[in-house]
Amino acid sequence: MRPQLHLPLLVLALTAPAGCSGDAAAGYEPGEELSGGDTTVFEQGHDAFSLSARNLKGERRDRFFVGNSIFNRPWVTAPSSTSGVDGLGPTFNATSCSACHFMDGRGAPPTQPGEEFLGLLLRLSIPGVDEHGGPLGEPSYGGQFNHHAILGVPAEGRAFVDYEEVPGQYADGTPYSLRRPTYRFADLAFGPLDPRTMVSPRTAPFMIGLGLLEAVDEAQLLALADEDDADGDGISGRPNRVWDPVTQTTTLGRFGWKANQPGLEQQNAGAFLGDIGITSALFPDENCPPPQTACAAAPNGGKPELDGDKLTDATYYARLLAVPARRDYEDPTVLRGKALFRAAGCASCHVPVLVTAASAEVPELAGQVIRPYTDLLLHDLGDDLADGRPDFLATGREWRTPPLWGIGLIGVVNGHTLLLHDGRARDLAEAVLWHGGEAEAAREAFRTLPRDDRAALIRFLESL
Amino acid sequence: MKTSFNFTAGPAAAIAACAAVALATGCGGDDGGELSGARPAIDNYIAIARAGYDDTLATAKALKAAVDAFVAAPTPATLEAARTAWKAAREPYGQSEVFRFYDGPIDNLEPLINSWPLDEVYIDYVEGNPTGGIINDPVTFPVITKQLIADRNAAGAEENISAGYHAIEFLLWGQDLDPNGPGARPHTDYLPGKASYDRRGQYLKLVTELLVDDLQSVVDAWRPDAPYPAEFAADPKEAVRRMLQGMGSLGGAELAGERMTVALDNRDQEDEQSCFSDNTHRDLRADALAIQNAYLGRYGEIHGAGLDELVRARDAALDAKLAQQLEASIAAIADIPVPFDRAIADEAGRAKVLAAVRALQTQTETIVEVATLFGIQLNLK
Repeated sequence: MRPQLHLPLLVLALTAPAGCSGDAAAGYEPGEELSGGDTTVFEQGHDAFSLSARNLKGERRDRFFVGNSIFNRPWVTAPSSTSGVDGLGPTFNATSCSACHFMDGRGAPPTQPGEEFLGLLLRLSIPGVDEHGGPLGEPSYGGQFNHHAILGVPAEGRAFVDYEEVPGQYADGTPYSLRRPTYRFADLAFGPLDPRTMVSPRTAPFMIGLGLLEAVDEAQLLALADEDDADGDGISGRPNRVWDPVTQTTTLGRFGWKANQPGLEQQNAGAFLGDIGITSALFPDENCPPPQTACAAAPNGGKPELDGDKLTDATYYARLLAVPARRDYEDPTVLRGKALFRAAGCASCHVPVLVTAASAEVPELAGQVIRPYTDLLLHDLGDDLADGRPDFLATGREWRTPPLWGIGLIGVVNGHTLLLHDGRARDLAEAVLWHGGEAEAAREAFRTLPRDDRAALIRFLESL
Repeated sequence: MKTSFNFTAGPAAAIAACAAVALATGCGGDDGGELSGARPAIDNYIAIARAGYDDTLATAKALKAAVDAFVAAPTPATLEAARTAWKAAREPYGQSEVFRFYDGPIDNLEPLINSWPLDEVYIDYVEGNPTGGIINDPVTFPVITKQLIADRNAAGAEENISAGYHAIEFLLWGQDLDPNGPGARPHTDYLPGKASYDRRGQYLKLVTELLVDDLQSVVDAWRPDAPYPAEFAADPKEAVRRMLQGMGSLGGAELAGERMTVALDNRDQEDEQSCFSDNTHRDLRADALAIQNAYLGRYGEIHGAGLDELVRARDAALDAKLAQQLEASIAAIADIPVPFDRAIADEAGRAKVLAAVRALQTQTETIVEVATLFGIQLNLK
């Protein structure tokens, strides 16, 4: 195992009084249902991902509501009478944040043949790195495929996903089928893609608890890393090191499927530009690669299009969207599933407990014991999940451990249970079964469990 | 059913509270009897909801009649009659909004009934785009139907609104391009000679019919023989939670937050709820009144048992505080200059809007206190 934090002591201290249920089943840790500490909310319905931190009070909520409106507001073509929100594109994937992060939740790949992409985007690059060590965009299409454009500007083209069923079976003989995606392009406006192009599909992740993850000390995350697998457990989490446009330095990456953004302000500004075509002080230049002359000539909505206050408010909103409390956390089956989750080794990367820094910028997020089930580090997940596209230090086989808190409510909020970076997994079991590389032993542990135990482990995940 | 605690102070406090309750009552005990004294207030609340939705449906049907008369014979007088009917329909609807926010009958349908802000050009032409919207796009949408209008609502983005009161409002008033008054859509938009006039009339009639259909569903769900009222009343504590959830959500996140703080911040007319008709001041008043109604157990001619009596019996000072704050919020809203889009633009008006925001926030915090008094956890946005 990797070096352990001394968090269990804290948890033990909280455990001292008897559990409330009377039948305090072994394994229930009092307070473990409070995934986001004092920020935790108790909504289990459609709004489960849309509430502000529970400890955010009074006037401190004002900016949250303003940020919410920015998140929902559709951008329009410049020039427009609604001058605060013009400057869409020229090329783009969606016109608002909430189009993909619907109800602050999780996006999905198209579910019907021929349906256009919304909630799933494709990153493009060719071998090599840019001046900051990041991916080198495709010469004619840039770093992200934009299938929409404003009037008078050609969209980059269309993209489609096809699936192939891959049969498999559990150790007890129960069959299952996984679907493997492949991507293809059509109507490319600027000629074929460079033959060396690497394509990385990414779904829009849910928005909860991001400020808490940002408030975890770098030292705590680095303590979880074990780059050379010195302890020989087969798990070698390592930090991504990425360019920070705010500090103009290379720093720890935390956000994005490959941990390629250091903080939420950078992540948000990056998404405004890459997804909606909205420039900001951090990313002042429209995304118009050289052959896209109409794109470059199109009117803009100001320089930058997103003023600093709006970015600040949108970031405040992203920081303070709360994590919902767990359900059924004392259910014996769920508790058994939790034990199986740990025994299988899942918790080596999906680290249950972190603590936010006492000095966090937003006081509501400071000093919180949180249960995100992530280490925010990169792990080799094997060939089957690999996108083959490096992103700063992340290799084509590495992904950042995504947090699991709230994962059981995606179905309620978003009406689907499509998981993993590209939404290929149709449910939690399929998501587990796709794991390979460093997670191969954990996946095999799951695959070889008896049916009841597999169900218990899934029940545990659904309770998160 | 699990005993709920206020976890705000963190796990340690929750455990301490748990231990205290365990001593007094035994943990995990049934709360069912705890608020059994609330039954009269719950029954009266159901009566108010029923009366409120009945009025809402009746005024929506009157609106439909006025819209049909207008489309059949577009004149300045028939247009004005339709606008008057729209404003009249907003009064009871506003007072029903306190029945939202707890997954009740209205909540699934509300996006089709009252979504805003809406992107005008999603529906019809706007200045600078004479061929915009579903109405002017017979190629993509050859036939306008209620189903189409419902299907297109919120398709692709939350502001792609095709249905509800505010879609009707836009079709009756048009864009509000006048800082001192409402939109000035001419009745001739519905006469031969104006592009897509017939599709516009068809859209207006169908979107109004859809509103009536959806409100009818809500009325039906609250009927005495429907399952919802019995389910609502089954567990008194849960019923009281829903009542408080509606009051707290409407006053806090909805009024103080989305409708006023955001409008203040953006100084943008687009952010006032009834921006085409300049009727926002009436929306705000009706909503604040709705919260007071729900607390006092009254609506129109009805004045029965309310939550106020339950609170008074436990904590008279808290009841007096909330009653005073509910009144103060209504007064603060009445004090905002009309029209609202002017109020958010000039400094004197902005101070009044901010005062109303603060009054509503204060009231919302007291509603949370009332919930705590009953041992109820509120999940407010």
